Amino acid sequence: MTTLSQRTDLSRRRGTTPRRPGGRRRGKAWVGLLFTLPALVPYVLFVLRPLVTSVQYSLYDWNGIGVARFVGLDNYRTVLTSSDELVPLLHAFELIGFFTVIPVVLGLITAALLHGLPDGPLARTARVVLFIPQVIPLVAAALAWSWMYSSNGVLNQILRAVGLGDQSRAWLGDFTWAFPAVGIIGSWVLLGLCTLLLMTGINKIDPALYDAAEVDGAGPVQKFFAVTLPGLRREIGVCVTVTVIAALASFDVVYVTTQGGPGTQTMVPGLEIFQLAFTQRTVGLASANAIVLMVLVLLVVTPLQRLSKGAE
Amino acid sequence: MNPRVSQLFAGRALLVLFMVATAVPFLSLFTTALAPQGTTPSGIEWPSHPHWHNFVDAFHAADLAPLLTSSCLIVLGVVPVTLLLAAAAGYGLTVLGFPGSRLVFGLLLAGLTVPIESLITPLYYQIQSLGLLNTRWALILPLIGLFMPFSVFWMRTFFQSLPSEIAEAAFVDGAGPWATFRRVHLPLAKPAVASLAILLFLWTWNQFILSIALIDDPTKRTAAGALGAFQGHYGTNEVLLSAGSLLIMLPTVVVFVVFQRHFVKALLQGAVKG
Repeated sequence: MTTLSQRTDLSRRRGTTPRRPGGRRRGKAWVGLLFTLPALVPYVLFVLRPLVTSVQYSLYDWNGIGVARFVGLDNYRTVLTSSDELVPLLHAFELIGFFTVIPVVLGLITAALLHGLPDGPLARTARVVLFIPQVIPLVAAALAWSWMYSSNGVLNQILRAVGLGDQSRAWLGDFTWAFPAVGIIGSWVLLGLCTLLLMTGINKIDPALYDAAEVDGAGPVQKFFAVTLPGLRREIGVCVTVTVIAALASFDVVYVTTQGGPGTQTMVPGLEIFQLAFTQRTVGLASANAIVLMVLVLLVVTPLQRLSKGAE
Repeated sequence: MNPRVSQLFAGRALLVLFMVATAVPFLSLFTTALAPQGTTPSGIEWPSHPHWHNFVDAFHAADLAPLLTSSCLIVLGVVPVTLLLAAAAGYGLTVLGFPGSRLVFGLLLAGLTVPIESLITPLYYQIQSLGLLNTRWALILPLIGLFMPFSVFWMRTFFQSLPSEIAEAAFVDGAGPWATFRRVHLPLAKPAVASLAILLFLWTWNQFILSIALIDDPTKRTAAGALGAFQGHYGTNEVLLSAGSLLIMLPTVVVFVVFQRHFVKALLQGAVKG
């Protein structure tokens, strides 16, 4: 979203936004709508309509087959007060630490250190390698990591090699470690994207700004906070938006690695909705969860958008 | 070393470290896939006699041939239609424009951050009432709708970047809106359409939750969805599972490497959809 709206703003700044050729062809004013309508049809049918239905379902107690009973806001009350339902919501926010904070901070450090490095073979190789987690199905990534975390996996192999064999365990089955283990998979997937995005962004910062800061006697750390960080505001905005959505709406990785377990240690809203709807057949409660999740994403993402746009 | 050099050195080291961290899970899958079947290899360990035949076995065990066909069919059902509809809409919204076009665009934008999980329940019953459960249409139709906000956004942005003189010149020459779209704007939009096509291919190929919710028969799912089922069947056969996972990833990695240049740009720009 941000990336694109930036481009829009750019074109506006350059004054190239097309004026409507309108006026003289007033009779044809609606032709534009004709071109747009075909795209709206699938969108209305398969996004807006289910959205409305979701709101409707959320007000009923329904098992998907029998008669639905109107229960008003009861399902929402359950979602927002019962601890069973609050746990996944809490986890979604905790995942932001792994999905957002780790990749963005590590990406920033790398970008800052490499600032000014010409586009050599290392940067080019990095662009290919670091992107692969973005390209493969998340399910495949999750399977690879399940194997890494298993009793015979790489992680335990390393621990044994450095003499910490007594710390080895089946990480995804461990009550303490399952959640961070799942979180790390998210960090792994998103680290490359954030690093590359920030590396690209930092090279667009006007070098004169750094020279000016140097003249003012700023050290590397001051330069980072005075020039780099503000200059990367937009890229950071994109990284944070993407990764926060990925954290709040995570599903694939959790479904494949832990199914929310052990217990509910790794339960997230996406999986909760899926299980309520398709395993427990409590469609109303699933829908209330779905609406809460959607609103949550909007509430978190909207201010982020403002923040990164405010830089202009 | 002067501070600048040591700083670059640290940066390079960090970047290399990230690359190694990225590669390790794949290496582990790869060495495991080559181990003798029926054994439980550990971590990363190059087998003394790599069993390349495991890949063939996994190909058969996972019914990969019909599965890849199925994924291709779904991609063919989703991508061209989405591209065409989105390009037309982008053109209609920006180049032609119409009263209320901002409102219509706002309506589309509203769908940009809706998580699929929020739609999955009603979609299931909607697809059921259409009698399309367990068919590929169950994926194709919703995916076209779900990809539309981003795709229109993408095309609109591209058309906005074109100077308005192009359209004006065509109109002055007497070309109608359709001819202008087909002969002028669509050819100009080729790079934008190509990048979008790559993104849509990936998102379709990797689509998981819709796949497992709406299609029971794994051979009708997307590759990613089928991988989930494969895990259910062969969860304990680590060797075959690793080989199968690698095979299912392969097409995405190949497309990535082939279209790399396009790709990185598209992915960085399309990042928001994730």
